[in-house]
Amino acid sequence: MRESEEPAVKMSVRGLEAWFTKHQVLKGIDLDIHQHEVTAIIGPSGCGKSTFIRCLNRMHELVPGAVCTGKVTLDEADVYANGVDPVLLRRRVGMVFQKPNPFPSMSIKDNVLAGLKLTQRMPPKPMDVVEKALRAAALWEEVKDKLAKPGTSLSGGQQQRLCIARTLAVEPDVVLMDEPCSALDPIATARIEDLLHTLKDSYTIVIVTHNMQQATRVSNRTAFFLTGELIEYAATDKMFTSPTDRRTEDYITGKFG
Amino acid sequence: MKGSEDVAAWLRGRQGVWTERVFVWVARFAVFAPLAMLAWLLGNVFIDGASRIDWDFITGLPSRHAHKAGIYPALMGSLWLITLTAVIALPLGVATAVYLEEYGRTSRLAGIIEVAIANLAGVPSIIYGMLGLGVFVRFAGLGPSVIAGALTLALLVLPIVIMATREALRTVRDSLREAALALGATRWRTTWHVVLPMSIPGILTGAILAVSRAIGETAPLVLVGAVAAIRFAPDGVDSPYGALPMQIYKWTSVPNKDLRTNAAAAIVVLVIVLLLLNSVAIWLRNRYQKRAY
Repeated sequence: MRESEEPAVKMSVRGLEAWFTKHQVLKGIDLDIHQHEVTAIIGPSGCGKSTFIRCLNRMHELVPGAVCTGKVTLDEADVYANGVDPVLLRRRVGMVFQKPNPFPSMSIKDNVLAGLKLTQRMPPKPMDVVEKALRAAALWEEVKDKLAKPGTSLSGGQQQRLCIARTLAVEPDVVLMDEPCSALDPIATARIEDLLHTLKDSYTIVIVTHNMQQATRVSNRTAFFLTGELIEYAATDKMFTSPTDRRTEDYITGKFG
Repeated sequence: MKGSEDVAAWLRGRQGVWTERVFVWVARFAVFAPLAMLAWLLGNVFIDGASRIDWDFITGLPSRHAHKAGIYPALMGSLWLITLTAVIALPLGVATAVYLEEYGRTSRLAGIIEVAIANLAGVPSIIYGMLGLGVFVRFAGLGPSVIAGALTLALLVLPIVIMATREALRTVRDSLREAALALGATRWRTTWHVVLPMSIPGILTGAILAVSRAIGETAPLVLVGAVAAIRFAPDGVDSPYGALPMQIYKWTSVPNKDLRTNAAAAIVVLVIVLLLLNSVAIWLRNRYQKRAY
């Protein structure tokens, strides 16, 4: 990627507000997510960062009493427009969760294929998809001889990469990650961070993290959220060397959070 | 030296050891007292009836002569009833539970249904018999047929199936539902391919409870027209029918020692049928539990 050129905007958020019944968790968020970049969302617990990414693929509204307003676009198409099927949106905007959640009743292979099976799009040669997705998630070499074993027999870090493979097998454009390493040890975390560097060539990634070192290591841009507001959004280098807002500076230097 | 003795005394000196021992014995008694009573009851019945059971008893027809009487029509009637009841109540109950847990969690209607189901579980079975008589036998015109009996029993066990299934659905972690939905699956396919397969052990537990309840019911069957001493087995869903509990009730109500022996033998057969049905469900449940890691 040439540095001078701004990559295209993949998703755009304007005036996003979100509530859990009467409790407002996001207040007027404006933010652009650029194609083939890793965008990190940082902020203290309860600042709305998870809610923010759950609004991007309409997972937020699944929680009883949860609503949001504002505009979110994917490739300039409004994802909250009338007639948009959130089920179809989620096939293009995938999600990896905080705790690895492979399907316990399925083998490693079936876990990778779960998305295609659940959406009735089984390919003619499923093994090709399994290998491709597991290679993309840097897990193939470790599991290629035990694909029939249950997904839950893997270690935590491997399970999380299996969940990434499962998400990639559906071939989304955008992958949302909600603190994907918070339940993992440092070695497993490092493997996932390495993986993010290769994944961004093919996908657009948004990662929520409470770990600022992780944000500096993996992301191109960083957004700092505080009590439901977007305080600052800038290139990661700039954000961590010369933040413009006092609160950002206080947070990244560890004065609170 | 002094210090180590203090520690040794401290380590042995825990308070409340006796309270705990007493509690454990009370708990043991609570487990064994009902079990002992059940064993005594079944043992008595077995001693009275076991010697009466032979092939002729199982394949024979009812008779005024105790030593010639058999239970074949009643046994077949019970098997017809229980099969039809399970076929009606299980899909209906599971579907209701899926609606309440997976779709209607926030709707007001679901809340009303929930209260109604909890109340229905406590309604005496004879009331279901009156409902069955009014709705299935008379209004729907099914007459005193085995299907009318099965529909009545199905209503009776529906709350059991629904509550057991809901409990089973609740044990499936939400993170797995989210995983499927985030992959672009619809609610329906998430439920069918992820949630229900993991709930099968719990649903089968509900099936066991429901079948056990239905197979022993007598009161509602009296009202919906089961025949106490029928001379033929049902040959279709619209056929008249008898049932083992009805036969047992008839035999025990007569002051005749030989007929009482017949009743004891029929009870043994009923218990064996119940155990066989339940062992199938338990075998299935264990298979699925193993699969769900």
